[in-house]
Formats: sequence, C-alpha cells, structure tokens
Amino acid sequence: MTISLVPLIVCGLLVAAGVTLVLERSLVRVLVGVILMGNGVNLLIVTLGGNAGGPPLLGQTPPEEMADPLPQAMVLTAIVITLAVTAFLLAMVHRAWQLRGSDEVSDDTEDRWVRLRARRGELGERVRARQAEYDRLVAEQRAELREPTRGEQLAHRRADRRRLKARQREARKQMRRTIRAERERQALALDPELEGDE
Amino acid sequence: MAALIAIPVLLPLLAAGIKLAIGARLRNLQGVISISALAVNLVVSAILLVQVDTHGPMVARIGGWEQPIGITLVADRLSALMLVTSSAVTLCVMVYSVVSAYDRQEDVAPMAIFHPAFLVMLAGVANAFLTGDLFNLFVAFEMLLSGSYVLLTFGGTQSRIRAGATYTVMALMSSMLFLIALAVVYAATGTLSIAQLAVRFGDLTPQVKLLVELLLLLAFAIKAAIFPVSGWLPDSYPTAPAPATAVFAGLLTKVGVYAIFRLESLLFPGGPVGTLLLWAALATLLIGVLGAVAQADIKRMLSFTLVSHVGYMVMGVGLATVAGLAGAVFYAVHHMTVQTNLFLVTGLIERRTGTTSVNRLGGLMRKAPLLSVLFFVPAMNLSGIPPMSGFLGKLALVQAGLDVGGLLPVALVVAALVTSLLTLYAIAKVWGKAFWREQGEGEVAPEAGEEPVERSLTTQPGLYGPVSALIVLGLAYTVLAGPLSSLTVRAAEELMARQPYINAVLGVG
Repeated sequence: MTISLVPLIVCGLLVAAGVTLVLERSLVRVLVGVILMGNGVNLLIVTLGGNAGGPPLLGQTPPEEMADPLPQAMVLTAIVITLAVTAFLLAMVHRAWQLRGSDEVSDDTEDRWVRLRARRGELGERVRARQAEYDRLVAEQRAELREPTRGEQLAHRRADRRRLKARQREARKQMRRTIRAERERQALALDPELEGDE
Repeated sequence: MAALIAIPVLLPLLAAGIKLAIGARLRNLQGVISISALAVNLVVSAILLVQVDTHGPMVARIGGWEQPIGITLVADRLSALMLVTSSAVTLCVMVYSVVSAYDRQEDVAPMAIFHPAFLVMLAGVANAFLTGDLFNLFVAFEMLLSGSYVLLTFGGTQSRIRAGATYTVMALMSSMLFLIALAVVYAATGTLSIAQLAVRFGDLTPQVKLLVELLLLLAFAIKAAIFPVSGWLPDSYPTAPAPATAVFAGLLTKVGVYAIFRLESLLFPGGPVGTLLLWAALATLLIGVLGAVAQADIKRMLSFTLVSHVGYMVMGVGLATVAGLAGAVFYAVHHMTVQTNLFLVTGLIERRTGTTSVNRLGGLMRKAPLLSVLFFVPAMNLSGIPPMSGFLGKLALVQAGLDVGGLLPVALVVAALVTSLLTLYAIAKVWGKAFWREQGEGEVAPEAGEEPVERSLTTQPGLYGPVSALIVLGLAYTVLAGPLSSLTVRAAEELMARQPYINAVLGVG
C-alpha cells in the first residue's frame, strides 16, 4: 500500500487548527475546532484505509481493484456522530448565550475557590502585619507598667546613685574650673598695669 | 440462546423509541415501559451470566454475517457480570427517577426527555460491555455519551450548561483520540475485530504495538477518569440531577475501566504499559482522595472519591495477575453499586434540605434518622469497613499486590490503605457536620448566585425503596462473597487465558 503525503499533511493541519480552536474559551470557536478536528480524523481514516480503487460492487469491479469499503463505512458513521454532536453543541451555545449573553465558558468551581482563597491570603497578610504591630506596642506598654522586683529595685537604686555621684563629680570639676578662671581674672584685675603690656 | 445477547442493547433502544413516540402522553404507561424494559434486561443478563459461566463465551453475529465482516456481540464472564451489575443498578435508579417524577407532579419533560436519554445511554453501556469489535465500541461510547450529554445539561440551567460544555468537549477529545487509534489499528492490521486483533497484534513491531496501545489507553483513560486526565469528572458530575449523577458515577467510568480490562488482558497481554498503569493508579488513588478530603459539598466529595477509587481497579489491571484482575473485577462490581447508592442518597438529602453543602446541613441525624442510616451503610461500605464488600475488594487487591512483590506494587498497597483511611476521614467529616452536629450550629447563608433547589419536607416513601434495594445489594456482596469472588477469579482466568474468547469468536475448535 502506498500513501501519498498530501492527505496526511492536510489531516495534520486540520487537527492542529482544531486543537488550537478547542483550547479557546468561546464555545463557538470550540465548536469549529471540533468540526475541523473531526474532518481531519475522518480524512486520516480514509487515507490509512488503503489505496483508491473502483466501487466495491460485485459484477462492476473485479475484487482486486475494489477500494476497501470498511473504512468508508466507518467514516460515514463517524460523520453522522459528529453531526449529532455538533447540533447538540450548537444548542448548548445558544442556551449559554440566552443565559449569559456570551458563549464564553466561565471558570469552574475549583478555579473560583482558588481565587477566593488567594484573595483571603492577601487579606490575611495585611491583618497579620497589623496584629504584629499591635502586639509590639502592647508589650512595650506592659514593660513600662510592670512592678519592679527586689533585685531590679536595688540595681535601679545603685544605678541612680552612680549617676548621682557622676553628676556631683562633674559639678565639682565644673566648680573648680570656674574658681580657677575667677582667680586668674581677679589676679589680672589686681594688677592693671600688666594689662596691654608685652 | 445467542439471540439473547442482543436484548440488553436493543430493548432499551426500543423502549426509548416508544417513549419518544408517545411523547408527553400516557404518564402511567411511560413509567411501566421504562421499568419493565430494565427489569427484562436484568433477567436476560442474569440468564446470560449463568449460560456463559457454564458453557463458555457466547457470540451473536448480527445479521448472520461472518466474523470479520459483520458486527458481533460477545458475552463472556466479565461482560456478563458487568452487565448484570449495571442492569440491577440502573433498574433501581430508574425506579427512583420514576417515583420522583410522579412525586413532584412536575411538568411532563422529565418523562418525555429524561427517560429516553437515560435508556439510550443504557443501551450504549450494554453495547460497550458486549461488543466484539473496536469500531462498535466507539459507537457504543458515542451512544452512551450522547445520552449523558442530554442528562448532564438537563433543564439547561447556567451551572449545568457550564459543566456540560467542559464534559462534552472532554468526551469529544477522547472520541477523536479513539478514532485516530482506530485508523492506526486498521492501517496496521486490516481489522477491528477484537478477537482477530488479539491474534494479529502478535505480528506487529513493538513500536507500532506500543503506539496503538498508548493511544487506546489514553482514550479509555479519559473515559475512566484516571489521574492526569480526570479533572473533568469532579467538575461536571455534581451539577447533574441526582439520578443522572448516580448512574454516571456507577456506570460511565466503569465502561472505561472495562475497556482497559479488555485492552490489557486480551489485546496487549504483558506489555510494558503495566508499570505505567501502576504509576497512574498510585497518582489517581492519592490525588483523588486528597481532593475528596478538601471538599465541603457531599456531591463534590463523592465525585473525588469516585476518581480516587478508579485507582483501585487500575491497580488490579496494572498488576497483570489473575488475582489482581479478579480483585479489580470484584471492586468494579462493588463500586458500581455503592457509588450509585451514595449519589442517590445525596439526592434524597438534597430533596429534603435543599442543599448538599455540609456547612449548611446539620442535625440530619435527628431530623431524618432513616435517611442517616441510608447514607451511613453505603458510606461505610465505600470506605472499606469490614466485613462489607469494599473491605473484601480492597483486601483482594492488597493481597494481589503483596503477592507480586517489588517496590512499586508494595508502594501501591500502602497507597491503597492510605486512600481507604482518607476516604473514611472524608466521609467522617461529612457525617460529623451534616448528621451529628446540632441544627443551626455554624450554618452559613446561601452564597450569592446559587441556584435554589426544590425541596419537599415529606419525602415519598417510594423513593426509599430503590435506595434500600441498592444497600441490600451492596450488603449481599458480603453474604455471597464466596461465590462472587470465585466467579471473578474465573472471569479473570478466562481473560488472562485469552483463547476461550478468541476461539469462540473466530469459530475455531
């Protein structure tokens, strides 16, 4: 059996175009895709069904020149079935258009759930961030309000005393510096002749 | 006797035709036609099962054409067993839907449209179980799918149209893949008869064989909702009317699983795809059940467990031993019944309360004790509490996995046990919230845009009948576990042996 390439290429093209259209959302395009694909497959069956020949009627064609009638019978059946399904799909397109004004297939339940859950997730993150901020504030305020323990009280008092002593030391240093400066000024004042000399 | 094989396919079609012709008139006759057609179906399939079990596979050649030319219907133990189970289950669902239609005094649409679509779907299911021809299998799939399209979008509400669009396009893709596979198979072997293919595939190069096997497997896997291609199921099933969801859950995925049984045992025995199937089973089990745990709606939760539990059957096929296959067949029989049962009970809950969301349900245990029992028994059966049939099926699969040994099968056994536990957890969550919680605790207001569901506080007692019948059937698998499991083992042996089927169809020996 020899098979010419052209029908096979045509059949591949038809099926490829059909698959492309079936992947669309619009039901009319899907319908056209199904029809194209059906034709492609029917062509495949006829092409693979053997060489061309005479009509398979006894007395008209010698048996060895007859075309194989079986693939043709199968293709006829397949065509009839495709016709019925096409009619059904068309009715469905019409009904979808009546109901929604478009023939687009909408998202399925699972898709809607996933979308809903994603939206809830976003919302949740925002809520969580605000909650964390609030928790931090509360913790700070609690720390301030808390009654100090005995050890902490002692440590606190010791730290206070140290700070007080440091401040006194600083004050004394400051005082001495002031006194020294005053004395120098007085010394200069006592001896006015020295002023402007040198 | 062989003529009986065609009845499960033809009778529902005939009934559907009559009902379409009657239209909206003669309401009483409508119910009688549907129920009696399915009852006859059940009887015929039971006769077939007995016949096939004692005498080996039976073949009906439609129109008297010889095998490679005409359409053949073949019944062996596997297909007859699936047929009996599906007939029993659909009979219950049909009674439920007839009673519910009368109960509500609805306008006549349910009877005039719902039932014919339902019957056409059942004819497709029976055809898929019985066909001896891959192209006929394609036609069977299309029959059951076109019925299911109508059932799924019934009423044309917004949510159903949306779910129906996904479902229809997914189903069409799988049909296209199947057709491509058929073209390749025909080009490579020159036939589409399953029995002839089983012989001729032996001559193909391994590469072509693998290509064909993977193409067919992908097409069937979409139908069976095995993990990477299972996303459509939990999206579309929960929106359909209760009887439709129940029968989808029970039968449609099992048709895909049945096709994989045939593919892996009869057409490609011992191929390299077994390992791939084991990985797919592992992923399906775990990912499905994790989805179930996350759900807050009973119908959605059940849809996810449905996906998950398909993994058990795939596991049995992937192990490629008689024990594994027998376990998978047993599990399929159990799962058809129990899953349908649970969806029907959920339908009752929805009628009673107007919702199936566990956040809005509560106190059902006190309000409707009978309903609680009706939910509890199949729910425990599904999660595999001993000694119910869910436990027996899982036990058979676990044993088969341990017998095979090795890293992957043992990992699968672990995954199967984890899945069983998580299923119990998901069901316990529903039970705790919807049934045990006091009414009014933590109830959530209905979401905006949600479609109101009709509710009736007084449930027709007739609706409890079919649901209870399914529970009894589910429990009967435990009582009859001995004969049933030996029957599944015989079916698995017949499948693995391959020759009985091939010889019966090709008329050898």
